[in-house]
Amino acid sequence: ATQTNSKKTLAKPNIRNIVVVDGVRIPFLQSGTSYKELMPHDLARAALLGLLHRTNVPKDVVDYIIFGTVIQEVKTSNVAREAALGAGFSDKTPAHTVTMACISANQAMTTGVGLIASGQCDVVVAGGVELMSDVPIRHSRKMRKMMLDLNKAKTLGQRLSLLSKFRLNFLSPELPAVAEFSTSETMGHSADRLAAAFAVSRLDQDEYALRSHSLAKKAQDEGLLSDVVPFKVPGKDTVTKDNGIRPSSLEQMAKLKPAFIKPYGTVTAANSSFLTDGASAMLIMAEEKALAMGYKPKAYLRDFVYVSQDPKDQLLLGPTYATPKVLEKAGLTMTDIDAFEFHEAFSGQILANLKAMDSDWFAQNYMGRKTKVGSPPLEKFNNWGGSLSLGHPFGATGCRLVMAAANRLRKEGGQYGLVAACAAGGQVCHSSCRGASGK
Amino acid sequence: LARTHVNYGVKGDVAVVRINSPNSKVNTLNKELQSELVEVMNEIWASDQIRSAVLISSKPGCFIAGADINMLASCKSAEEVTQLSQEGQRMFEKLEKSTKPIVAAISGSCLGGGLELAISCQYRIATKDRKTVLGAPEVLLGILPGAGGTQRLPRMVGVPAAFDMMLTGRSIRADRAKKMGLVDQLVDPLGPGLKPSEERTVEYLEEVAVTFAKDLSDKKISLKREKGLVEKLISYAMSIPFVRQQIYKKVEEKVRKQTKGLYPAPLKIIDVVKTGIEQGNDAGYLSESQKFGELAMTKESKALMGLYHGQVLCKKNKFGTPQKDVKHLAILGAGLMGAGIAQVSVDKGLKTILKDATLAGLGRGQQQVFKGLNDKVKKKALTSFERDSIFSNLIGQLDYQGFEKADMVIEAVFEDLNLKHRVLKEVEAVIPDHCVFASNTSALPINQIAAVSKRPEKVIGMHYFSPVDKMQLLEIITTEKTSKDTTASAVAVGLKQGKVIIVVKDGPGFYTTRCLAPMMSEVLRILQEGVDPKKLDSLTTSFGFPVGAATLVDEVGVDVAKHVAEDLGKAFGERFEGGSPELLKQMVSRGFLGRKSGKGFYIYQEGVKSKSLNSDMDGILASLKVSPKPDVCSDEDIQYRLVTRFVNEAVMCLQEGILATPAEGDIGAVFGLGFPPCLGGPFRYVDLHGAQKILDRLRKYEAAYGKQFTPCQLLVDHANSPHKKFYQ
Repeated sequence: ATQTNSKKTLAKPNIRNIVVVDGVRIPFLQSGTSYKELMPHDLARAALLGLLHRTNVPKDVVDYIIFGTVIQEVKTSNVAREAALGAGFSDKTPAHTVTMACISANQAMTTGVGLIASGQCDVVVAGGVELMSDVPIRHSRKMRKMMLDLNKAKTLGQRLSLLSKFRLNFLSPELPAVAEFSTSETMGHSADRLAAAFAVSRLDQDEYALRSHSLAKKAQDEGLLSDVVPFKVPGKDTVTKDNGIRPSSLEQMAKLKPAFIKPYGTVTAANSSFLTDGASAMLIMAEEKALAMGYKPKAYLRDFVYVSQDPKDQLLLGPTYATPKVLEKAGLTMTDIDAFEFHEAFSGQILANLKAMDSDWFAQNYMGRKTKVGSPPLEKFNNWGGSLSLGHPFGATGCRLVMAAANRLRKEGGQYGLVAACAAGGQVCHSSCRGASGK
Repeated sequence: LARTHVNYGVKGDVAVVRINSPNSKVNTLNKELQSELVEVMNEIWASDQIRSAVLISSKPGCFIAGADINMLASCKSAEEVTQLSQEGQRMFEKLEKSTKPIVAAISGSCLGGGLELAISCQYRIATKDRKTVLGAPEVLLGILPGAGGTQRLPRMVGVPAAFDMMLTGRSIRADRAKKMGLVDQLVDPLGPGLKPSEERTVEYLEEVAVTFAKDLSDKKISLKREKGLVEKLISYAMSIPFVRQQIYKKVEEKVRKQTKGLYPAPLKIIDVVKTGIEQGNDAGYLSESQKFGELAMTKESKALMGLYHGQVLCKKNKFGTPQKDVKHLAILGAGLMGAGIAQVSVDKGLKTILKDATLAGLGRGQQQVFKGLNDKVKKKALTSFERDSIFSNLIGQLDYQGFEKADMVIEAVFEDLNLKHRVLKEVEAVIPDHCVFASNTSALPINQIAAVSKRPEKVIGMHYFSPVDKMQLLEIITTEKTSKDTTASAVAVGLKQGKVIIVVKDGPGFYTTRCLAPMMSEVLRILQEGVDPKKLDSLTTSFGFPVGAATLVDEVGVDVAKHVAEDLGKAFGERFEGGSPELLKQMVSRGFLGRKSGKGFYIYQEGVKSKSLNSDMDGILASLKVSPKPDVCSDEDIQYRLVTRFVNEAVMCLQEGILATPAEGDIGAVFGLGFPPCLGGPFRYVDLHGAQKILDRLRKYEAAYGKQFTPCQLLVDHANSPHKKFYQ
């Protein structure tokens, strides 16, 4: 790739350069809308087909396929494999599924990076999928136990004696937990506390959410969201764009009641990301392989770090911890970065992170650093909308962030991008990528 | 004029009143604080700009911990105390009738007078953390909530719940308080932000409280609380006089049964609540203040307050900070005691090795720790996740791996000197130089255990009580050679484990076992005289002991009791005589070891609560029968024969220097041995009831039985000069 305004190279000696050839996603839809009759592997398959169409990559070149997902459909627990087979990839191409809450797709990508960097593979497809329209709701443990025991019961007598132990409360279902397992706290509740800890007001949060929606709308209208590929849903119309982008007014937003900490909390439906269905996929290659195949890569994937913190009070504070680390690793500073793409779980979470990054006190007392890293300038931050407006299919968001950064670098003429996302369990992935700009 | 306890600032039209007593970790309602609060409130009521107020404490972890009990102690008469109560009542009545709404913003302990203050306010907001507890613990000090609490609490949470709070003194966590209607809103504690968590959480609590205060004065929210169905039913039921009478009766019966009439406070609480409900507020408040005055003057209240002070004292490390903080603990022996010690250690974050000789023994111990933690999960005191992460602090093993990192080893192996010697030598071969070796033994002298040690200055006794996770006391035993730093280290570990600690000198039976032994000897004698175990139990419990004397032998273990009786009998000779050790010997040989073997004086069956007498004991008792002496075998005499021997031995321990202070003696007796709390411990008992009376009893029994009742010199001294007191 030719660089016209190169500041410095991030290439490392003896490590292969790894590039993003391209990446796509099907439109992100609010759950319960057009995708609601489908299964997760249907969405993932659509993303894979979109990627094949976009890149024209011969299927047999792909060495490995990795998908991220969070709420697993038990019938397709290795959803990567089911989707790949359905999309017509060779049955000789291995595929696996990873899970790491909201950074599952990031984990898929970095796993791919690892495979290429270590020389195991040259070409990897990484992606992610989530279908919140349908979630596995289980029988209660007592009911399951009875059903399993019934299976083993040999005589009618045994069966009847088991059945006689049945109680009506066995039928109460078990929903997939929306709460952290370790703390039993829902994420929204944690976000509200986080916003309060950093004294982020309701108005600040509403304003930030409005910004996200307005920027997303603008990007959508101007056709900047070029990673979106249309999806013909069986029995329904072709879906061509995200349907969660709804710029409102501050007055309208102010009317909403708090969703988690009632009645005085600040996190509402309007300043949180919503439940979303969607899938994304990305083609990653060793640079020399991509060039040999005649591709003009969209971005280089450079450094990444994962960090984790206290899942109670710092659940959503990961980007603050990871940003300085990944910058140091890459030898960059905040001012070198041209495009920031941060996952927006909640307005309050983003704003708390910005405040934390801008606080020497926080850096010194919690991060063991001498000074703050500084907060990213908003004019370079999530310029084409974010998870608040575009939607957040848990397993798929990571690829969207990287593609948004890559596409923005090309469009805006920048060089370095920085991607960050927080995830349940207090973990975070942060990667910096460099746009292959100038083309 | 600068105020030192209470100050306020104004935010918009809301006054924020901050309570912060100088030079103290907690706020207590004392005269200065009260008068400053009145001043501040008067200014607020007089101000045109201010429309509502928030009451908040600036102390981390404490709203108001209660009334200042020294203020009560300094009162000379019931009338004086009644007057104090009436002043408090008047102040809180003003708050209650305030036309400007007052919001109590509660973070940390809100107890006693603090709770009474909070429930006089129009609205309460509390932080939802473990440190925030609300309660009316007055009954535990032998008094009652004397500033309107007995009248307001029943109106607020209903009569049954109010009785429960005031009669048990239990602390209620914030989330439970919300459900009961004791607080109106909860605020979750915050994590780190741009300030330390605690600071920001209190700030946030204040912000939230201010918005509610504003909304209250703007009438945006109503003070009427939505009642749940159950609450509605209860309040309907309570409106029927017949139902109320039944409830008073039931509660009274229960209290009488539990207190055996030894504690006057609970009955007066019931009486005062009843007066308020049946005869109206004025009568209720009057009765509250009068009964409060009366109770404060009772011996029981003085005894209980003495225990409170003693407990505070025994929660401090007077040996200073140890040179090395104990981070790695190792426990030898996974039996009942070893596992119990492990449980109270891991749940405070100590990395603990639990070593046993066999896998089966170890597994039993690990299960005991797990069960202890899991029971807390069932009671919602822990989450299952916290249980698992706490349980990860426990490492079970059969070998000495990792002992090279241990800072302290506590051995809890079987009570056998040879075994203890062997273990000590094995351990000393693997531990680092600084490591403390503590022996958990109830009677083996520590200097004998230390005799084989290469470093006796590091050897100390740590006598835990069973069950370790329930019994608060830890008796630490130092020998002549034990270094001060070793003692400091043991006390520090004990405090971390949540124990109340007494430090005593080494000697046969130390302090606690030594006091118990003569009483136990008398128990045997009484049984031999033909008193049946059930009768003996009821005589001891009606004197105020939580567990009957015969049951106690079963609980401790007959074999252990025999061991102790023999050892101490040898050491102290005739002073420990009384009953025949033969009784215990025969029981052991028949396998009647008490609860652990299923049979002792009683028969124990899994799942059966009511226990029946072990009829096989009849033969043994008959064969050892001695005839009672007619002039010292009345019920009262039987009680006093037991108690005076106990007290005499305790005073002897102080005389001999085994005990450093009478306070430790009282705490050890009450918390370790169940000496009646209403008497305040043996020393307080002598002070309050008079040394002469006890001396007279001892002389009478001495005449009948002999030297085991001979009063010790110190007791004689106290009887001779009535101004001499253990507590000045």
